[in-house]
Amino acid sequence: MNTTAALEIEGLRKSFGTHLVLDGISLSVGEHEVICLIGASGAGKSTMLRCLNLLEPVDSGRIVFAGEEITRRGVDVNRVRRRIGIVFQAFNLFPHMSVLENVTLAPRLALHQGSGEAEKQARALLDRFGLSDKVKAYPDHLSGGQQQRVAIVRALAMQPRLMLLDEVTSALDPELVAEVLDVIGELAAGGMTMLIATHEMGFARDIATRVCFLDDGIILEQGPPEQMFGSPREPRTQQFLQRIVNAHRL
Amino acid sequence: MAVEGDRRTGSEVDESRRSRILGALGSGGDGRRGVAIAILSTIVFAVVVVVVIGNSPGWPAVHQEFFSWNYFKSSFPEIARAFLLNCKIFLIAECFILPFALLIAVLRSLPGPVFFPLRALAIVYADFFRGVPTILVISLLALGAPALQLSAVPSSVVFWGIVSLVLIYSAYVSEVYRAGIDSVHPSQEAAARSLGLTRAQTLRKVILPQAVRRVIPPLLNDFIGLQKDTALVGTVGALEAFNQAQIDTAATFNFTPYLVAAVLFVAITIPLARFTDWLIERDRRRRQAQGLYA
Repeated sequence: MNTTAALEIEGLRKSFGTHLVLDGISLSVGEHEVICLIGASGAGKSTMLRCLNLLEPVDSGRIVFAGEEITRRGVDVNRVRRRIGIVFQAFNLFPHMSVLENVTLAPRLALHQGSGEAEKQARALLDRFGLSDKVKAYPDHLSGGQQQRVAIVRALAMQPRLMLLDEVTSALDPELVAEVLDVIGELAAGGMTMLIATHEMGFARDIATRVCFLDDGIILEQGPPEQMFGSPREPRTQQFLQRIVNAHRL
Repeated sequence: MAVEGDRRTGSEVDESRRSRILGALGSGGDGRRGVAIAILSTIVFAVVVVVVIGNSPGWPAVHQEFFSWNYFKSSFPEIARAFLLNCKIFLIAECFILPFALLIAVLRSLPGPVFFPLRALAIVYADFFRGVPTILVISLLALGAPALQLSAVPSSVVFWGIVSLVLIYSAYVSEVYRAGIDSVHPSQEAAARSLGLTRAQTLRKVILPQAVRRVIPPLLNDFIGLQKDTALVGTVGALEAFNQAQIDTAATFNFTPYLVAAVLFVAITIPLARFTDWLIERDRRRRQAQGLYA
Protein backbone atom coordinates (compact mmCIF):
# COMPACT_ATOMS: atom_id res chain seq x y z
CA MET A 1 0.00 0.00 0.00
CA ASN A 2 0.90 3.60 -0.59
CA THR A 3 2.34 5.33 2.47
CA THR A 4 0.77 8.70 1.60
CA ALA A 5 -2.78 7.38 1.59
CA ALA A 6 -5.46 9.80 0.39
CA LEU A 7 -8.05 7.89 2.34
CA GLU A 8 -7.79 5.37 5.14
CA ILE A 9 -10.84 3.40 6.24
CA GLU A 10 -10.65 1.20 9.33
CA GLY A 11 -13.36 -1.15 10.56
CA LEU A 12 -16.29 0.86 9.28
CA ARG A 13 -19.64 -0.34 10.62
CA LYS A 14 -23.08 0.98 9.87
CA SER A 15 -26.55 -0.39 10.44
CA PHE A 16 -30.02 0.95 9.77
CA GLY A 17 -32.12 -0.17 12.72
CA THR A 18 -31.42 -3.87 13.11
CA HIS A 19 -30.19 -4.23 9.54
CA LEU A 20 -26.39 -4.37 9.44
CA VAL A 21 -25.22 -2.84 6.14
CA LEU A 22 -21.47 -2.34 6.65
CA ASP A 23 -19.80 -5.00 8.78
CA GLY A 24 -16.27 -3.74 9.21
CA ILE A 25 -14.94 -2.19 6.00
CA SER A 26 -11.21 -1.49 5.88
CA LEU A 27 -9.53 0.02 2.86
CA SER A 28 -6.54 2.19 2.12
CA VAL A 29 -6.71 4.38 -0.96
CA GLY A 30 -3.55 5.95 -2.39
CA GLU A 31 -3.38 9.27 -4.22
CA HIS A 32 -4.53 8.99 -7.86
CA GLU A 33 -5.99 5.55 -7.30
CA VAL A 34 -9.23 4.61 -9.04
CA ILE A 35 -11.06 2.00 -7.01
CA CYS A 36 -14.14 0.28 -8.37
CA LEU A 37 -16.58 -1.19 -5.87
CA ILE A 38 -18.54 -4.07 -7.33
CA GLY A 39 -21.10 -6.38 -5.78
CA ALA A 40 -24.78 -7.17 -5.77
CA SER A 41 -27.39 -4.54 -4.93
CA GLY A 42 -27.64 -4.26 -1.16
CA ALA A 43 -24.02 -5.27 -0.59
CA GLY A 44 -23.34 -1.84 0.94
CA LYS A 45 -21.62 0.04 -1.89
CA SER A 46 -23.87 3.14 -1.76
CA THR A 47 -23.94 3.23 2.03
CA MET A 48 -20.15 3.06 2.12
CA LEU A 49 -19.84 6.06 -0.22
CA ARG A 50 -22.44 8.02 1.71
CA CYS A 51 -20.54 7.34 4.94
CA LEU A 52 -17.30 8.58 3.38
CA ASN A 53 -19.03 11.86 2.51
CA LEU A 54 -20.46 12.02 6.06
CA LEU A 55 -24.01 12.00 4.66
CA GLU A 56 -24.59 8.98 6.91
CA PRO A 57 -23.17 8.92 10.44
CA VAL A 58 -21.11 5.78 11.06
CA ASP A 59 -21.70 3.48 14.06
CA SER A 60 -18.05 2.67 14.59
CA GLY A 61 -14.74 2.70 12.76
CA ARG A 62 -12.46 5.45 11.53
CA ILE A 63 -12.14 7.37 8.30
CA VAL A 64 -8.93 9.33 7.79
CA PHE A 65 -9.00 11.69 4.84
CA ALA A 66 -5.87 13.64 3.83
CA GLY A 67 -4.31 12.97 7.21
CA GLU A 68 -7.34 14.08 9.23
CA GLU A 69 -9.73 11.80 11.03
CA ILE A 70 -13.13 12.93 9.77
CA THR A 71 -15.15 10.53 11.91
CA ARG A 72 -14.06 12.13 15.17
CA ARG A 73 -16.52 14.14 17.24
CA GLY A 74 -16.90 17.81 16.49
CA VAL A 75 -15.42 17.68 13.00
CA ASP A 76 -16.69 20.43 10.67
CA VAL A 77 -18.67 18.27 8.23
CA ASN A 78 -19.15 21.14 5.77
CA ARG A 79 -15.42 21.71 5.50
CA VAL A 80 -14.82 17.99 4.90
CA ARG A 81 -17.54 17.70 2.28
CA ARG A 82 -16.15 20.62 0.30
CA ARG A 83 -13.08 18.49 -0.47
CA ILE A 84 -14.96 15.25 -1.23
CA GLY A 85 -17.22 15.30 -4.26
CA ILE A 86 -20.06 12.82 -4.60
CA VAL A 87 -22.23 12.10 -7.64
CA PHE A 88 -25.49 10.23 -7.22
CA GLN A 89 -27.33 7.69 -9.32
CA ALA A 90 -30.35 9.99 -9.73
CA PHE A 91 -28.27 13.13 -10.62
CA ASN A 92 -30.05 15.25 -7.96
CA LEU A 93 -29.56 18.50 -9.86
CA PHE A 94 -31.43 21.51 -8.48
CA PRO A 95 -34.45 21.75 -10.82
CA HIS A 96 -35.16 25.43 -10.11
CA MET A 97 -31.70 26.52 -11.21
CA SER A 98 -30.05 26.68 -14.61
CA VAL A 99 -27.00 24.55 -15.34
CA LEU A 100 -24.71 27.49 -14.60
CA GLU A 101 -26.45 28.22 -11.28
CA ASN A 102 -26.26 24.56 -10.31
CA VAL A 103 -22.51 24.57 -10.87
CA THR A 104 -21.72 27.95 -9.28
CA LEU A 105 -23.95 27.68 -6.19
CA ALA A 106 -21.56 25.79 -3.91
CA PRO A 107 -18.35 27.62 -4.96
CA ARG A 108 -20.09 30.92 -4.24
CA LEU A 109 -21.67 29.93 -0.91
CA ALA A 110 -19.19 27.44 0.50
CA LEU A 111 -15.91 28.70 -0.97
CA HIS A 112 -16.97 32.37 -1.01
CA GLN A 113 -15.92 32.84 -4.62
CA GLY A 114 -17.10 35.98 -6.40
CA SER A 115 -19.80 35.29 -8.97
CA GLY A 116 -17.46 36.33 -11.80
CA GLU A 117 -14.77 33.92 -10.71
CA ALA A 118 -17.26 31.11 -10.07
CA GLU A 119 -18.90 31.57 -13.48
CA LYS A 120 -15.58 31.64 -15.30
CA GLN A 121 -14.55 28.38 -13.69
CA ALA A 122 -17.97 26.81 -14.29
CA ARG A 123 -17.95 27.76 -17.98
CA ALA A 124 -14.46 26.34 -18.39
CA LEU A 125 -15.52 23.04 -16.83
CA LEU A 126 -18.78 22.86 -18.81
CA ASP A 127 -16.82 23.59 -21.96
CA ARG A 128 -14.33 20.84 -21.17
CA PHE A 129 -17.13 18.28 -20.89
CA GLY A 130 -19.05 19.41 -23.99
CA LEU A 131 -21.83 21.25 -22.17
CA SER A 132 -21.07 24.84 -23.17
CA ASP A 133 -24.32 25.15 -25.16
CA LYS A 134 -26.37 24.08 -22.09
CA VAL A 135 -25.17 26.79 -19.71
CA LYS A 136 -28.57 28.49 -19.46
CA ALA A 137 -30.70 25.34 -19.78
CA TYR A 138 -32.73 23.93 -16.90
CA PRO A 139 -32.16 20.32 -15.81
CA ASP A 140 -35.53 18.99 -16.99
CA HIS A 141 -34.62 19.96 -20.55
CA LEU A 142 -31.45 17.90 -20.59
CA SER A 143 -31.06 14.23 -21.37
CA GLY A 144 -30.09 11.91 -18.53
CA GLY A 145 -26.52 11.75 -19.80
CA GLN A 146 -26.26 15.54 -19.95
CA GLN A 147 -27.75 15.86 -16.45
CA GLN A 148 -25.24 13.40 -15.04
CA ARG A 149 -22.35 15.21 -16.72
CA VAL A 150 -23.61 18.48 -15.19
CA ALA A 151 -23.76 16.74 -11.79
CA ILE A 152 -20.14 15.66 -12.20
CA VAL A 153 -19.14 19.19 -13.20
CA ARG A 154 -21.04 20.55 -10.18
CA ALA A 155 -18.98 18.32 -7.90
CA LEU A 156 -15.73 19.18 -9.72
CA ALA A 157 -16.36 22.90 -9.34
CA MET A 158 -15.54 22.49 -5.65
CA GLN A 159 -12.07 21.23 -6.68
CA PRO A 160 -12.36 18.09 -4.57
CA ARG A 161 -9.38 15.91 -3.73
CA LEU A 162 -11.53 12.80 -3.87
CA MET A 163 -14.54 11.88 -6.00
CA LEU A 164 -17.17 9.34 -4.99
CA LEU A 165 -19.35 8.06 -7.82
CA ASP A 166 -22.43 6.12 -6.78
CA GLU A 167 -23.68 4.03 -9.72
CA VAL A 168 -23.74 7.13 -11.86
CA THR A 169 -24.83 5.32 -15.03
CA SER A 170 -27.48 3.03 -13.53
CA ALA A 171 -30.37 5.43 -14.22
CA LEU A 172 -29.33 6.11 -17.81
CA ASP A 173 -30.60 4.73 -21.10
CA PRO A 174 -27.94 2.39 -22.53
CA GLU A 175 -27.01 4.76 -25.37
CA LEU A 176 -26.24 7.55 -22.89
CA VAL A 177 -23.91 5.54 -20.68
CA ALA A 178 -20.81 6.01 -22.86
CA GLU A 179 -20.77 9.83 -22.67
CA VAL A 180 -20.76 9.71 -18.87
CA LEU A 181 -18.12 6.97 -18.72
CA ASP A 182 -15.94 9.04 -21.08
CA VAL A 183 -16.06 11.92 -18.59
CA ILE A 184 -15.01 9.61 -15.75
CA GLY A 185 -12.23 8.19 -17.92
CA GLU A 186 -10.96 11.71 -18.49
CA LEU A 187 -10.97 12.40 -14.75
CA ALA A 188 -8.99 9.22 -14.11
CA ALA A 189 -6.48 10.19 -16.79
CA GLY A 190 -6.15 13.57 -15.04
CA GLY A 191 -5.10 11.81 -11.84
CA MET A 192 -8.30 12.24 -9.79
CA THR A 193 -8.56 9.89 -6.83
CA MET A 194 -11.90 8.10 -7.15
CA LEU A 195 -14.10 5.51 -5.53
CA ILE A 196 -16.62 4.23 -8.03
CA ALA A 197 -19.55 1.99 -7.21
CA THR A 198 -20.58 0.46 -10.52
CA HIS A 199 -22.34 -2.35 -12.33
CA GLU A 200 -20.41 -1.62 -15.54
CA MET A 201 -17.85 -4.42 -15.33
CA GLY A 202 -16.21 -3.67 -18.67
CA PHE A 203 -15.70 -0.10 -17.56
CA ALA A 204 -14.34 -1.21 -14.18
CA ARG A 205 -11.84 -3.51 -15.89
CA ASP A 206 -10.61 -0.68 -18.10
CA ILE A 207 -10.40 2.14 -15.60
CA ALA A 208 -9.75 0.67 -12.14
CA THR A 209 -6.35 0.44 -10.53
CA ARG A 210 -8.00 -1.85 -8.01
CA VAL A 211 -11.35 -3.64 -7.80
CA CYS A 212 -13.10 -4.40 -4.51
CA PHE A 213 -15.86 -6.97 -4.31
CA LEU A 214 -18.35 -6.13 -1.56
CA ASP A 215 -20.48 -8.90 -0.16
CA ASP A 216 -22.74 -8.66 2.89
CA GLY A 217 -21.13 -5.50 4.20
CA ILE A 218 -17.49 -6.52 3.93
CA ILE A 219 -14.81 -6.30 1.25
CA LEU A 220 -14.60 -10.01 0.51
CA GLU A 221 -11.90 -9.78 -2.11
CA GLN A 222 -9.81 -7.10 -3.76
CA GLY A 223 -7.06 -6.88 -6.32
CA PRO A 224 -6.03 -5.49 -9.69
CA PRO A 225 -8.78 -5.79 -12.33
CA GLU A 226 -6.95 -8.46 -14.35
CA GLN A 227 -6.86 -10.75 -11.36
CA MET A 228 -10.37 -9.93 -10.10
CA PHE A 229 -12.05 -10.49 -13.45
CA GLY A 230 -9.58 -13.11 -14.73
CA SER A 231 -9.08 -15.41 -11.77
CA PRO A 232 -11.11 -14.43 -8.69
CA ARG A 233 -10.25 -16.58 -5.64
CA GLU A 234 -13.44 -16.44 -3.59
CA PRO A 235 -16.38 -18.65 -4.64
CA ARG A 236 -18.80 -15.75 -3.95
CA THR A 237 -16.86 -13.48 -6.30
CA GLN A 238 -16.84 -16.20 -8.94
CA GLN A 239 -20.60 -16.67 -8.57
CA PHE A 240 -21.27 -12.94 -8.84
CA LEU A 241 -19.11 -12.53 -11.94
CA GLN A 242 -20.62 -15.65 -13.49
CA ARG A 243 -24.09 -14.14 -13.10
CA ILE A 244 -22.87 -10.96 -14.79
CA VAL A 245 -21.38 -12.97 -17.67
CA ASN A 246 -24.62 -14.90 -18.05
CA ALA A 247 -26.49 -11.61 -18.25
CA HIS A 248 -24.13 -10.55 -21.08
CA ARG A 249 -22.87 -7.61 -19.12
CA LEU A 250 -19.17 -8.55 -19.27
CA MET B 1 -32.74 14.28 -25.81
CA ALA B 2 -34.71 11.37 -24.45
CA VAL B 3 -36.81 13.74 -22.39
CA GLU B 4 -37.70 15.90 -25.38
CA GLY B 5 -38.49 12.80 -27.37
CA ASP B 6 -40.87 11.58 -24.69
CA ARG B 7 -42.56 14.94 -24.50
CA ARG B 8 -43.20 15.03 -28.22
CA THR B 9 -44.76 11.58 -28.07
CA GLY B 10 -46.93 12.80 -25.21
CA SER B 11 -48.35 15.73 -27.16
CA GLU B 12 -48.99 13.50 -30.14
CA VAL B 13 -51.04 11.23 -27.92
CA ASP B 14 -53.01 14.25 -26.67
CA GLU B 15 -53.63 15.39 -30.23
CA SER B 16 -55.05 12.10 -31.35
CA ARG B 17 -57.20 11.83 -28.25
CA ARG B 18 -58.64 15.30 -28.79
CA SER B 19 -59.50 14.65 -32.42
CA ARG B 20 -61.20 11.44 -31.41
CA ILE B 21 -63.42 13.34 -28.94
CA LEU B 22 -64.22 15.98 -31.54
CA GLY B 23 -64.93 13.25 -34.05
CA ALA B 24 -67.46 11.77 -31.67
CA LEU B 25 -69.20 15.18 -31.48
CA GLY B 26 -70.02 15.10 -35.15
CA SER B 27 -68.57 16.19 -38.47
CA GLY B 28 -66.63 19.24 -37.25
CA GLY B 29 -62.86 18.90 -37.67
CA ASP B 30 -61.77 21.97 -35.60
CA GLY B 31 -62.69 23.43 -32.20
CA ARG B 32 -65.04 26.12 -33.52
CA ARG B 33 -68.07 23.85 -33.42
CA GLY B 34 -67.33 23.01 -29.76
CA VAL B 35 -67.15 26.70 -28.83
CA ALA B 36 -70.48 27.35 -30.57
CA ILE B 37 -72.14 24.53 -28.66
CA ALA B 38 -70.75 25.84 -25.36
CA ILE B 39 -72.06 29.37 -26.01
CA LEU B 40 -75.49 28.12 -27.05
CA SER B 41 -75.90 25.81 -24.02
CA THR B 42 -74.80 28.61 -21.66
CA ILE B 43 -77.40 30.99 -23.13
CA VAL B 44 -80.14 28.37 -22.86
CA PHE B 45 -79.15 27.67 -19.23
CA ALA B 46 -79.14 31.38 -18.32
CA VAL B 47 -82.53 31.96 -19.95
CA VAL B 48 -84.06 29.01 -18.05
CA VAL B 49 -82.69 30.29 -14.72
CA VAL B 50 -83.95 33.85 -15.35
CA VAL B 51 -87.40 32.65 -16.43
CA VAL B 52 -87.82 30.26 -13.49
CA ILE B 53 -86.70 32.76 -10.84
CA GLY B 54 -88.44 35.71 -12.51
CA ASN B 55 -91.76 33.85 -12.53
CA SER B 56 -91.55 32.67 -8.91
CA PRO B 57 -94.33 34.16 -6.71
CA GLY B 58 -91.93 35.94 -4.31
CA TRP B 59 -89.66 37.45 -6.97
CA PRO B 60 -91.12 41.01 -7.03
CA ALA B 61 -90.57 41.37 -3.27
CA VAL B 62 -87.08 39.83 -3.38
CA HIS B 63 -86.19 41.98 -6.35
CA GLN B 64 -87.19 45.10 -4.42
CA GLU B 65 -85.48 44.06 -1.15
CA PHE B 66 -82.15 42.69 -2.47
CA PHE B 67 -81.70 43.93 -6.03
CA SER B 68 -82.86 47.52 -5.94
CA TRP B 69 -80.82 49.58 -8.43
CA ASN B 70 -81.61 52.82 -6.60
CA TYR B 71 -80.41 51.56 -3.25
CA PHE B 72 -77.39 50.02 -4.97
CA LYS B 73 -76.40 53.41 -6.43
CA SER B 74 -77.00 55.37 -3.27
CA SER B 75 -75.18 53.02 -0.88
CA PHE B 76 -72.27 52.18 -3.21
CA PRO B 77 -69.93 55.16 -2.52
CA GLU B 78 -70.03 54.78 1.26
CA ILE B 79 -69.54 51.01 1.22
CA ALA B 80 -66.77 51.30 -1.35
CA ARG B 81 -64.99 53.78 0.91
CA ALA B 82 -65.41 51.41 3.87
CA PHE B 83 -64.15 48.58 1.67
CA LEU B 84 -60.79 50.36 1.44
CA LEU B 85 -60.37 49.45 5.12
CA ASN B 86 -60.87 45.76 4.23
CA CYS B 87 -58.13 46.07 1.63
CA LYS B 88 -55.86 47.85 4.10
CA ILE B 89 -56.37 45.17 6.77
CA PHE B 90 -55.76 42.47 4.16
CA LEU B 91 -52.53 43.99 2.83
CA ILE B 92 -51.03 44.78 6.24
CA ALA B 93 -51.93 41.36 7.63
CA GLU B 94 -50.49 39.56 4.59
CA CYS B 95 -47.14 41.35 4.96
CA PHE B 96 -46.78 39.85 8.44
CA ILE B 97 -48.36 36.46 7.73
CA LEU B 98 -46.02 35.44 4.89
CA PRO B 99 -42.71 35.73 6.80
CA PHE B 100 -44.14 34.73 10.19
CA ALA B 101 -45.78 31.58 8.82
CA LEU B 102 -42.56 30.67 7.03
CA LEU B 103 -40.66 31.01 10.29
CA ILE B 104 -43.11 28.67 12.03
CA ALA B 105 -42.90 26.13 9.20
CA VAL B 106 -39.09 26.19 9.31
CA LEU B 107 -39.07 25.79 13.10
CA ARG B 108 -41.32 22.80 12.72
CA SER B 109 -39.05 21.14 10.18
CA LEU B 110 -35.87 21.46 12.27
CA PRO B 111 -34.41 17.98 12.86
CA GLY B 112 -32.78 16.52 15.94
CA PRO B 113 -33.58 16.37 19.67
CA VAL B 114 -31.97 19.75 20.45
CA PHE B 115 -34.72 21.61 18.61
CA PHE B 116 -37.58 19.70 20.23
CA PRO B 117 -38.84 22.71 22.28
CA LEU B 118 -39.04 24.90 19.16
CA ARG B 119 -40.77 22.15 17.19
CA ALA B 120 -43.24 21.59 20.01
CA LEU B 121 -43.92 25.31 20.27
CA ALA B 122 -44.63 25.54 16.53
CA ILE B 123 -46.98 22.54 16.69
CA VAL B 124 -48.89 23.88 19.70
CA TYR B 125 -49.19 27.26 18.00
CA ALA B 126 -50.51 25.83 14.73
CA ASP B 127 -52.93 23.48 16.49
CA PHE B 128 -54.29 26.20 18.75
CA PHE B 129 -54.91 28.91 16.20
CA ARG B 130 -56.34 26.53 13.65
CA GLY B 131 -58.72 25.19 16.29
CA VAL B 132 -60.22 28.43 17.59
CA PRO B 133 -62.90 30.18 15.50
CA THR B 134 -61.62 33.40 13.92
CA ILE B 135 -64.51 35.46 15.24
CA LEU B 136 -63.67 34.34 18.80
CA VAL B 137 -60.03 35.38 18.57
CA ILE B 138 -61.02 38.73 17.09
CA SER B 139 -63.60 39.31 19.82
CA LEU B 140 -61.21 38.31 22.59
CA LEU B 141 -58.30 40.40 21.37
CA ALA B 142 -60.09 43.44 19.97
CA LEU B 143 -62.38 43.80 22.98
CA GLY B 144 -60.06 42.36 25.65
CA ALA B 145 -56.58 43.62 24.85
CA PRO B 146 -57.40 47.37 24.88
CA ALA B 147 -58.80 46.89 28.40
CA LEU B 148 -55.25 46.23 29.56
CA GLN B 149 -54.60 49.92 28.87
CA LEU B 150 -51.03 49.33 27.76
CA SER B 151 -49.69 52.73 26.77
CA ALA B 152 -47.18 51.46 24.22
CA VAL B 153 -49.69 49.40 22.23
CA PRO B 154 -52.47 50.85 20.07
CA SER B 155 -55.95 50.10 21.38
CA SER B 156 -57.91 50.42 18.13
CA VAL B 157 -60.09 47.50 17.07
CA VAL B 158 -58.50 47.59 13.61
CA PHE B 159 -55.04 47.05 15.10
CA TRP B 160 -56.18 44.11 17.21
CA GLY B 161 -58.27 42.77 14.35
CA ILE B 162 -55.13 42.66 12.21
CA VAL B 163 -53.19 40.98 15.03
CA SER B 164 -55.92 38.32 15.29
CA LEU B 165 -55.92 37.64 11.56
CA VAL B 166 -52.12 37.42 11.50
CA LEU B 167 -52.14 34.92 14.36
CA ILE B 168 -54.81 32.73 12.79
CA TYR B 169 -53.74 32.83 9.17
CA SER B 170 -50.08 32.29 10.05
CA ALA B 171 -51.13 28.96 11.55
CA TYR B 172 -52.87 27.95 8.30
CA VAL B 173 -50.19 29.30 5.98
CA SER B 174 -47.43 27.61 8.00
CA GLU B 175 -49.11 24.29 7.26
CA VAL B 176 -49.14 25.14 3.55
CA TYR B 177 -45.43 25.98 3.67
CA ARG B 178 -44.71 22.80 5.60
CA ALA B 179 -46.45 20.68 2.98
CA GLY B 180 -44.25 22.39 0.38
CA ILE B 181 -41.07 21.74 2.37
CA ASP B 182 -42.02 18.09 2.86
CA SER B 183 -42.68 17.71 -0.86
CA VAL B 184 -39.05 18.46 -1.76
CA HIS B 185 -37.28 15.11 -2.04
CA PRO B 186 -34.60 14.37 0.61
CA SER B 187 -32.10 13.73 -2.19
CA GLN B 188 -32.13 17.48 -2.87
CA GLU B 189 -30.92 18.13 0.65
CA ALA B 190 -28.32 15.37 0.34
CA ALA B 191 -27.02 16.90 -2.89
CA ALA B 192 -26.74 20.36 -1.37
CA ARG B 193 -25.13 19.18 1.86
CA SER B 194 -22.70 16.95 -0.05
CA LEU B 195 -21.37 20.09 -1.76
CA GLY B 196 -20.50 21.57 1.63
CA LEU B 197 -23.48 23.89 1.98
CA THR B 198 -24.63 24.49 5.54
CA ARG B 199 -28.11 23.49 6.66
CA ALA B 200 -29.27 27.12 6.54
CA GLN B 201 -27.83 27.66 3.06
CA THR B 202 -29.48 24.44 1.87
CA LEU B 203 -32.82 25.55 3.25
CA ARG B 204 -32.60 29.04 1.76
CA LYS B 205 -31.21 28.25 -1.68
CA VAL B 206 -32.41 24.74 -2.43
CA ILE B 207 -35.39 23.65 -0.31
CA LEU B 208 -37.46 26.80 0.16
CA PRO B 209 -37.39 28.08 -3.44
CA GLN B 210 -38.75 24.76 -4.63
CA ALA B 211 -41.19 24.44 -1.74
CA VAL B 212 -42.69 27.94 -2.09
CA ARG B 213 -43.06 27.60 -5.87
CA ARG B 214 -45.09 24.44 -5.40
CA VAL B 215 -47.49 25.94 -2.85
CA ILE B 216 -48.33 29.22 -4.61
CA PRO B 217 -51.87 28.08 -5.56
CA PRO B 218 -52.89 26.96 -2.03
CA LEU B 219 -51.15 30.05 -0.66
CA LEU B 220 -53.28 32.29 -2.87
CA ASN B 221 -56.32 30.32 -1.71
CA ASP B 222 -55.55 31.41 1.83
CA PHE B 223 -55.09 34.98 0.56
CA ILE B 224 -58.64 34.86 -0.75
CA GLY B 225 -59.91 33.47 2.56
CA LEU B 226 -58.12 36.24 4.42
CA GLN B 227 -59.62 38.95 2.21
CA LYS B 228 -63.08 37.58 3.02
CA ASP B 229 -62.37 37.27 6.74
CA THR B 230 -61.46 40.95 7.02
CA ALA B 231 -65.27 41.40 7.25
CA LEU B 232 -65.09 39.77 10.70
CA VAL B 233 -63.22 42.79 12.02
CA GLY B 234 -66.49 44.66 11.39
CA THR B 235 -68.18 42.61 14.10
CA VAL B 236 -66.13 44.35 16.80
CA GLY B 237 -66.94 47.80 15.45
CA ALA B 238 -64.44 48.60 12.67
CA LEU B 239 -66.19 50.54 9.95
CA GLU B 240 -65.42 48.24 7.04
CA ALA B 241 -67.64 47.22 4.12
CA PHE B 242 -69.79 44.62 5.91
CA ASN B 243 -70.37 46.85 8.94
CA GLN B 244 -71.20 49.80 6.69
CA ALA B 245 -73.65 47.65 4.72
CA GLN B 246 -75.28 46.60 7.99
CA ILE B 247 -75.67 50.23 9.02
CA ASP B 248 -77.19 51.15 5.64
CA THR B 249 -79.56 48.19 5.81
CA ALA B 250 -80.68 49.11 9.30
CA ALA B 251 -81.38 52.65 8.16
CA THR B 252 -83.38 51.81 5.03
CA PHE B 253 -84.80 48.32 5.70
CA ASN B 254 -83.47 47.35 2.25
CA PHE B 255 -80.88 44.57 1.88
CA THR B 256 -79.27 45.75 -1.34
CA PRO B 257 -76.21 47.18 0.53
CA TYR B 258 -75.21 43.58 1.36
CA LEU B 259 -75.15 42.89 -2.36
CA VAL B 260 -72.93 45.93 -2.83
CA ALA B 261 -70.46 44.61 -0.26
CA ALA B 262 -70.54 41.15 -1.88
CA VAL B 263 -69.83 42.62 -5.33
CA LEU B 264 -66.86 44.56 -3.92
CA PHE B 265 -65.36 41.44 -2.30
CA VAL B 266 -65.77 39.40 -5.47
CA ALA B 267 -64.20 42.22 -7.49
CA ILE B 268 -60.97 41.63 -5.55
CA THR B 269 -60.98 37.87 -5.01
CA ILE B 270 -61.73 36.76 -8.58
CA PRO B 271 -58.89 38.76 -10.18
CA LEU B 272 -56.66 37.38 -7.41
CA ALA B 273 -57.51 33.85 -8.52
CA ARG B 274 -56.86 34.68 -12.19
CA PHE B 275 -53.57 36.33 -11.20
CA THR B 276 -52.42 33.13 -9.49
CA ASP B 277 -53.08 31.08 -12.59
CA TRP B 278 -51.23 33.61 -14.70
CA LEU B 279 -48.19 33.50 -12.39
CA ILE B 280 -48.00 29.73 -12.52
CA GLU B 281 -48.40 29.67 -16.28
CA ARG B 282 -45.74 32.35 -16.81
CA ASP B 283 -43.26 30.50 -14.62
CA ARG B 284 -43.86 27.26 -16.47
CA ARG B 285 -43.50 28.89 -19.90
CA ARG B 286 -40.35 30.77 -18.96
CA ARG B 287 -38.62 27.61 -17.78
CA GLN B 288 -39.67 25.79 -20.92
CA ALA B 289 -38.48 28.55 -23.26
CA GLN B 290 -35.09 28.76 -21.60
CA GLY B 291 -34.66 25.03 -21.78
CA LEU B 292 -35.39 24.93 -25.49
CA TYR B 293 -33.47 27.95 -26.73
CA ALA B 294 -30.45 28.12 -24.43
